[in-house]
Amino acid sequence: MPLLWLFLIVLAIAAVGFVLGRARALASAGGDVRNLHSLPSYYGNNVAIKTVVPAILVMLIWLIVQPMIVNSTISGMIPESSVAENSSLGLVMSEVRRTAEGLDNAVANGDMTEEFARDARADFTDVTQRLKDAGQIVTSDVTQPILRAAQSYRIMNATGNLIMSGIVLALALSGLFWGLRDSHAAFRARNTVEAAVRALLIGAASIAILTTIGIILSLVFNTVEFFRLYPATDFFFGTSWAPSFSGRGGSSDLGVLPLLWGTFYISIVALVVAVPIGLFAAVYLSEYATPRVRAVAKPMLEVLAGIPTIVYGLFALLTVGPLLLGIFGDDGLGWMQAGTAVMTAGLVMGIMLIPFVSSLSDDIINAVPQAMRDGSYGLGATQSETIKQVILPAALPGIVGAILLAASRAIGETMIVVLGAGAAAKLSLNPFEAMTTVTAKIVSQLTGDADFSSPEALVAFALGMTLFVLTLGLNVLALYIVRKYREQYE
Amino acid sequence: MDANFAKENEPMYDAPLGKNDVDAKDTKIAAKDVQVYYGDTHAIKDVSVDLLDKTVTAFIGPSGCGKSTFLRCLNRMNDTIDICRVEGLIELDGEDIYDKRVDPVQLRAKVGMVFQKPNPFPKSIYDNVAYGPKIHGLAKNKAELDEIVEKALRRGAIWDEVKDRLDAPGTGLSGGQQQRLCIARAVATEPEVLLMDEPCSALDPIATAQVEELIDELRASYSVVIVTHSMQQAARVSQKTAFFHLGNLVEYGETSQIFTNPVDPRTESYITGRIG
Ligand SMILES: Nc1ncnc2c1ncn2[C@@H]1O[C@H](COP(=O)(O)OP(=O)(O)OP(=O)(O)O)[C@@H](O)[C@H]1O
Ligand SMILES: [Mg+2]
Repeated sequence: MPLLWLFLIVLAIAAVGFVLGRARALASAGGDVRNLHSLPSYYGNNVAIKTVVPAILVMLIWLIVQPMIVNSTISGMIPESSVAENSSLGLVMSEVRRTAEGLDNAVANGDMTEEFARDARADFTDVTQRLKDAGQIVTSDVTQPILRAAQSYRIMNATGNLIMSGIVLALALSGLFWGLRDSHAAFRARNTVEAAVRALLIGAASIAILTTIGIILSLVFNTVEFFRLYPATDFFFGTSWAPSFSGRGGSSDLGVLPLLWGTFYISIVALVVAVPIGLFAAVYLSEYATPRVRAVAKPMLEVLAGIPTIVYGLFALLTVGPLLLGIFGDDGLGWMQAGTAVMTAGLVMGIMLIPFVSSLSDDIINAVPQAMRDGSYGLGATQSETIKQVILPAALPGIVGAILLAASRAIGETMIVVLGAGAAAKLSLNPFEAMTTVTAKIVSQLTGDADFSSPEALVAFALGMTLFVLTLGLNVLALYIVRKYREQYE
Repeated sequence: MDANFAKENEPMYDAPLGKNDVDAKDTKIAAKDVQVYYGDTHAIKDVSVDLLDKTVTAFIGPSGCGKSTFLRCLNRMNDTIDICRVEGLIELDGEDIYDKRVDPVQLRAKVGMVFQKPNPFPKSIYDNVAYGPKIHGLAKNKAELDEIVEKALRRGAIWDEVKDRLDAPGTGLSGGQQQRLCIARAVATEPEVLLMDEPCSALDPIATAQVEELIDELRASYSVVIVTHSMQQAARVSQKTAFFHLGNLVEYGETSQIFTNPVDPRTESYITGRIG
């Protein structure tokens, strides 16, 4: 039975259960809703939940477990000798699956009877020919062991699916009766439904948390692996970044400091651009602009946030870089050698961050109650006095949060850096020199043809971990500031 | 009938009527044919009134009749509401306050306001009160500022409660304390006119008595306008009373006369509790 059908049948049983449970509960209360503990629909939902949840859970687990069992059994069946040179068990297994699928399709098209497909003594050359005739893609001639494996594969899967369908349907039906038995006036259906809703929400939250933990663990393990190959002190305190690629031999310098410095320098330039402009734009939009100006200007500013960062990267490479070079390059002040530099990437990244800062700050400023403004105006304060002394202090925790959010964006930004800042890892104070960041180097370490188990590739995980710890620290700091401020004023 | 009404009601108001006598005084604020619209809603209709200097004027009337709205016209607080439109003439000391040359900021320094809902700033108690004096440069140095703050807090009848925690946030006070803080904040800037929108609605009887005392004291030098839902309070503190109903100024006169001998039947019904 196809999965979709099974699923639909379970749903149908649940729907029937809903109607029956509702009716039964109502009947047990003599048709008067007031005699029921809960509203009638809760009894219906109770039955439906008891029908669907156990059945579908078992189905999901079965669907995950069955292929594992089948695969391991079948792989055990394939004799060592039929795994050719330069091949692997995995490749043979996919051949087996393909053949099994071919048999399935051939049976479905009527080119083969079910008995023939299962016939263990069938002549395999005949089977290959028939499969080819039926338009099935079978790469090489199907060999005897593979055909046998494919046949068992089919049979195991078919029986497995059959048993699963049986169990799922049985579970659905017993759930239905369990729910119906409870559908009497005194049963607290409302509380049961509440518990189910809670379980659903907890489930969603745990999936989110578990994924995060999984990602962190994979980062940690690979980082540990890297530190086994490369000394941690050299990584954290090394001032030179010069990875060598395995082919060329020689040892690599994988010091993170130049990359961190590049990250910080570019982020700081970006924040110096974005924070004042974004904040002032937000103040203008929320306090001074007429509703009509605001209606036009705010969406236009937010369009900036929708531009893909690669476009900003192009803008940095093709427009801002040459422009800066014209002013600070050899023709001008002579401070700049090439268009790609900290300043180029920082400026463009700052432009990218303006809508972040402004949009968030704008919302926060608007959330300051009008009564605060009235109080200040009522004392004869001007608009800017009111903003500076009442509104901004009241909105400060939120604004700090917005700025730190922008900072984590800046630290994590990649494309603008790749295109705008150059690729040289350098420890320098000159903002017109090319530098690079942690993110850009993660990309370049993994896109080469380096072996994934070499320190040159694994360093990417250590870099990712460093970045993660940094942004996490930034967020914790933001929370701390916000909370401290709250304590003071609420 | 009016005489009977007066006799029946007299004991309700404990204030000696003699205190409420008005001497001949100058007009501080003169309003002529004021109309206020919120979008299409006509909230104030044809209100003309002369508010006297060194006098407490009470605005009374049922909820939603436009008392707050009219009060906010007097220091142009309605400018901050986009949909609000004010027409007519309002003069402060003979000068049209809606004239283009008048700076609403300067005007509001002269015409202070205490709002219906307490709205302390998220600052310390001290900074809340010092806010106005700092903006207007009323203190030459810190010592003077301290003095102004203390005096204002005393006048707001809250000094004893907060003198030990001037650095604590103003928002951490109770509702009634917050309101007194707002009163202190308003008097700290030494306005010529003080508009008070139900200043005592969140206060207990003791604090109310203290605020009323303050109002009486302010009367010596300022003109005070107070909106109140308490007839007793209006009778106790004011010399003049204006009764608003559905956006109209129904009756305006000596407090003693309004409460003992109202001309308009609507005023009489309201103060005896029959319409509200
Ligand atoms: N900001 C506003 N926008 C639109 N309509 C308003 C606004 N403020 C007040 N109004 C309307 O104007 C009318 C008068 O309101 P106002 O606040 O002046 O009443 P009030 O006499 O002060 O009432 P209360 O005694 O309840 O404070 C009401 O009908 C109200 O709905
Ligand atoms: Mg009001």
